[in-house]
Parts: sequence; C-alpha cells; structure tokens
Amino acid sequence: MLELKDVRKTFNPGTINAKKALQGVDLHLNAGDFVTIIGGNGAGKSTVMNAIAGLWPIDSGTIKINGKDVAGLPEHKRAKYLGRVFQDPMMGTAATMEIQENLAIAARRGNHRTLRWGISSKEKKMFREMLAVLGLGLEDRMTAKVGLLSGGQRQALTLLMATLKEPKLLLLDEHTAALDPKTAAKVLELTDNIISEKKLTAMMVTHNMRDAIAHGNRLIMMHEGRIIFDVSGEEKKALTVDALLEKFSQSSGQEFSNDRALLS
Amino acid sequence: MINYLSSLPAACTQGIIWGIMAIGVYITYKILDIADLTVDGSICTGAAVCAMMVINGQPMWLALIASVIAGMLTGLVTGIFHTFMGIPAILSGILTQLILWSVNLKIMGAANQSLSATKYNLLISRLNLDRSIIILQLLAIALIIVLYWFFGTEFGSSVRSTGANLNMSRAQGINTSFTKIIGLVISNGIVALSGALLAQYQGNADINMGKGAIVIGLAAVIIGEALFGWLCRNNFALKLIVVVLGGIVYYIVYTTVIYIGLDADLLKMLSALLVALFLAVPYWKGKYFSGVKNVEKRALKQEKKAAKKAARKNKKEVA
Ligand SMILES: Nc1ncnc2c1ncn2[C@@H]1O[C@H](COP(=O)(O)OP(=O)(O)O)[C@@H](O)[C@H]1O
Ligand SMILES: [Mg+2]
Repeated sequence: MLELKDVRKTFNPGTINAKKALQGVDLHLNAGDFVTIIGGNGAGKSTVMNAIAGLWPIDSGTIKINGKDVAGLPEHKRAKYLGRVFQDPMMGTAATMEIQENLAIAARRGNHRTLRWGISSKEKKMFREMLAVLGLGLEDRMTAKVGLLSGGQRQALTLLMATLKEPKLLLLDEHTAALDPKTAAKVLELTDNIISEKKLTAMMVTHNMRDAIAHGNRLIMMHEGRIIFDVSGEEKKALTVDALLEKFSQSSGQEFSNDRALLS
Repeated sequence: MINYLSSLPAACTQGIIWGIMAIGVYITYKILDIADLTVDGSICTGAAVCAMMVINGQPMWLALIASVIAGMLTGLVTGIFHTFMGIPAILSGILTQLILWSVNLKIMGAANQSLSATKYNLLISRLNLDRSIIILQLLAIALIIVLYWFFGTEFGSSVRSTGANLNMSRAQGINTSFTKIIGLVISNGIVALSGALLAQYQGNADINMGKGAIVIGLAAVIIGEALFGWLCRNNFALKLIVVVLGGIVYYIVYTTVIYIGLDADLLKMLSALLVALFLAVPYWKGKYFSGVKNVEKRALKQEKKAAKKAARKNKKEVA
C-alpha cells in the first residue's frame, strides 16, 4: 500500500540552520492498516506526512503508493491518492466559500476540473445526507460560509472532504490537537467510524499516548527523524503509557519530551 | 449647476469603463488575493492595440478581440514570473508593467496616438454619450454574465478556492500555479478591454493613461462594497454589478470635486489616501476589536438558530 524506503530530508542544507528532519525512514503499510504515530517535539512526524504529500521534494529514498513511485510528483498530483486533515482547522477548508462549495471541490479531487457547473443537485442531496450523519446541524446550513463554523465543525468538515473521494491513504496530522477535549473526542470518534466504514488505510499523528494506544492496529514512535519503535496486533493492544515511556527511553537514551503530550 | 448636471452623463460613461476595469482588479485582488500591478500597463496595451488596429483600417470587433488577447498575454507574463519563477506577485506585476512601457511605445510608435471619432467609426465616444452609455451597459452586463458562469464551473470554483485557501486547494488536487495564471490572464484581458474602450471614449491612446489605474480600480471595488455591499447577499453577479457602480460613483465624485474647484492635480493623491484608509479598516478591526470573538459569537448564534430550527422540525414531525 504505502512504502517508504530510506527517506531522507534536510531543511536549509549547508547553512547554520541545517536540520536533518528525516534520517532514513523505512515504513511499509498494508492495505487497511491504521497507524498511530507518536514522538517528541520536532521528531519528524509532520515531516513524514509532508514528504508523502509532496510539499517539497525529498533528498533521497523512495515513496510508493500502491506500487507507484510518487516521489517525483508535485503535491497537487499526489492529492489524487491522499486525503489530508491538518492540525490547524483553518488549513483544510476555504473560509470564504460555502460548505457545499467546499465539498464540491473535494468531490473532484483527482479529477479533471471541467467547465461543467461546479455542483449538481444530485451532489447537494448527497452532501446533505453526509452532513446529517455528523450530527452537527450542518445539513441545514449548506450555503453558509465555512468561516462561520467553529474549529470542531471545520475539522469534521475537513475529514468529510478528505474521505469524500475515497483516498488510498488518509493522513491525519494532530487533527484534534487544536480542539477542546470534548470536541476532540467527538472528532476522533468520527475518524474511527469513517476509517472502519470505508476500510481506509490511515496514518494518524497524535500527542495523546492513550489515543495512540486506543486507536488503530499499529503504533510507531519517531525520534530524531527515525522510526524507533513499531508495534502492531496483540502486542500493541497490550501497550500501556508507562510501557511506551520505558520503550522510548530505552531506544533513545532520553526522557520523552513533548510539551503537549498527555502521559496519563 | 446646469454645467455640473450636464457633465454627469460623461461621468457615468467613464465610470462604467473604469467599472469594467475594476472587475478585472476584483478578480485578482478579491478572488485570487493578489495585488496585481500589471494593470497599470495592460490598460494601455489594450488602448494601444485597439487604436493601431482601427487606424490601420481593421474592423472594430477584431480590434477589441486583439486588445483582449494582448491583455491576456500581459497577465500570462506576470503569471509566469509569479508561479514558474517564484517572484512575489507585486514585484511580478511591476516587472511586467515596466516591460509594457516599452512594448506599448513600440505598438503605438509614439507616446500618443489620436483616435478621433470624426475620422473613424468608433463603438463609443465622448461625442455621442447616449449611444456610448447604452453600449457600455450592455457590454458590462454581458461580461458579468460570462464571469458568473465561469466562476460557477468546476474549473472556475478551483480558481476561487485557490485565492481562498492555497493549502486546501493543493490538498484537493488543484494545480494552484495554473489557476493563478488563468486568473491573471482573465483579469488583464478585461483590463485591456477597458483600455480599448477608454481610448475610443477619450479619442486617443496615451502611454501615460494607465498610471495609477490599480488605485482607481481598487477605489471602485472599495467604494462599491462600502456603499452597496449590503445589496449583494453573497450573489457573485450582484457583487460584480456593485463593482461597476463603484466605478460610476468614483467618477461622479471626481466630476463633483472638479466642479467645486478642487485642484485636479490632487485627485490621484486623494484617491490613494482613500484606498489606504479603506485598506486599513480590516487591519484596525483585527487589531483593536477581536475578530475571532466576533466569529465565534456569530458561530454560536448560528448554532443556536439551527438547533431551534431542528427542534421545531422535530415537533412538527411528532405532531
Ligand atoms: N519547512 C521546514 N523548514 C525548515 N525546517 C523545518 C520545516 N518543517 C519542519 N522543520 C524542522 O524539522 C524538524 C521536524 O519537524 P516536524 O516534523 O514538524 O516535527 P513534529 O514531529 O513535531 O511534527 C523540526 O526541527 C522542524 O523545525
Ligand atoms: Mg507536527
């Protein structure tokens, strides 16, 4: 499904600000895998996601999605395979456009955009039903500007947009981190539902260790641009936060540091 | 007073021409979120191409089409500077503007070309205001209809979303370099059309005619929004009509100010100060009144409204 081989990336190479953000990342995901990713601040979690999404070219290594090497493709071409939700609720939706317009744009991800009308009445009906499932009352506000929505509503909408056109891989980068705990839990539940319903392959970065343990079938831990720990199946189910912290200091020789990490 | 009133039709005519130009500015400034300074040059390019074609005996329709295409090419140049060569949008526009200074002089072969309505068969002219106003109105309406259609299409929506959120657009598979270029191309095509009309209206094409055009365009957009924005109700066609109205108001004010006896040399300064003031308003709002709170408050209100509506609906269904 997804195959990363020895992916490396240095930011600002050759300057005093040079930062080796990825130092040889290897990762193989099977179809249907739901991986949670944890790690300290600056471990390279977002950078892995951005490398897959193609925000910039990687220095070396290969990135394959469904066997196709995508490392040379620009971001908008890789979008065909990817659904993405970001930490910042502002990033995934267009504030000055209507809810239904945002969805219509997402419904055409990976398609050629023609001079046909931008939204059909059939789509409007479909969007209404999908929004109703969220239970946020958005189905009655389809022509409202997205800028009027709360952070949680925007994240739920972004999630819908990311999965409307079924992606080969869903990338979630701390997508609940900017929300209050109650809203975060709701969006996370929604995430679980969508992933299991559509049987998606997904990667989810989270700073909450309990969430990382409770969700998905596999967990990886990153440190200084490398994957230092990778568990799945029964072993993952049996994990505890303490065991994770122990594992971290063993592998890295350091204390786990993430100023937002919820450890208990 | 009679003098003043009799000058109003001319003000309206010029206002519509600049209103059409302001629609071009609206596309880059409001939709793409780019301040495109190409327009100071492309308005003259449109005028120059139209004037030379007509002087050389070409039919009017061909002259207008050629002007629009020439204007689109100027937008293409700026678009390539900005996207392919990574130059900031403002600087890209300034570079093209400078290129156009030379190009426009070459097109005209002189700094000024007279395009007299008595000598040539022109579409509009200050010598025939009644006819001109009708033709300009029809042109503006046709243009707005075409733009309304275009920005409602799948592709047009992707141009809008590019301006609204670059990050989201790329994540949704939109080639934002391409959409930006297309936006600039369309905008400058419209601006060149207004240049071609302006040359006919004033009876000449002049190398200096575009100086400060961006400011007049912005002023029209801003005035229209401030005075008639409440009319729009989120309808795109109405928004464009309001831009044209902004252009007309601008020229009525212009005429009035001159009639009152203010030094016409000061007008560009006053326009620029007006635009500066209006551009500052959203910044001040954000700085001194928390915009976030307002948005949240509004969101809360809407939520409550929706909840009430849902409750009512439920009741109905139960009953
Ligand atoms: N676009 C960028 N330019 C320069 N440095 C970057 C960029 N993106 C990330 N970095 C750096 O790379 C390192 C890894 O960052 P990131 O992947 O965002 O960490 P995290 O695991 O917290 O998500 C950090 O030191 C960060 O400062
Ligand atoms: Mg991060």
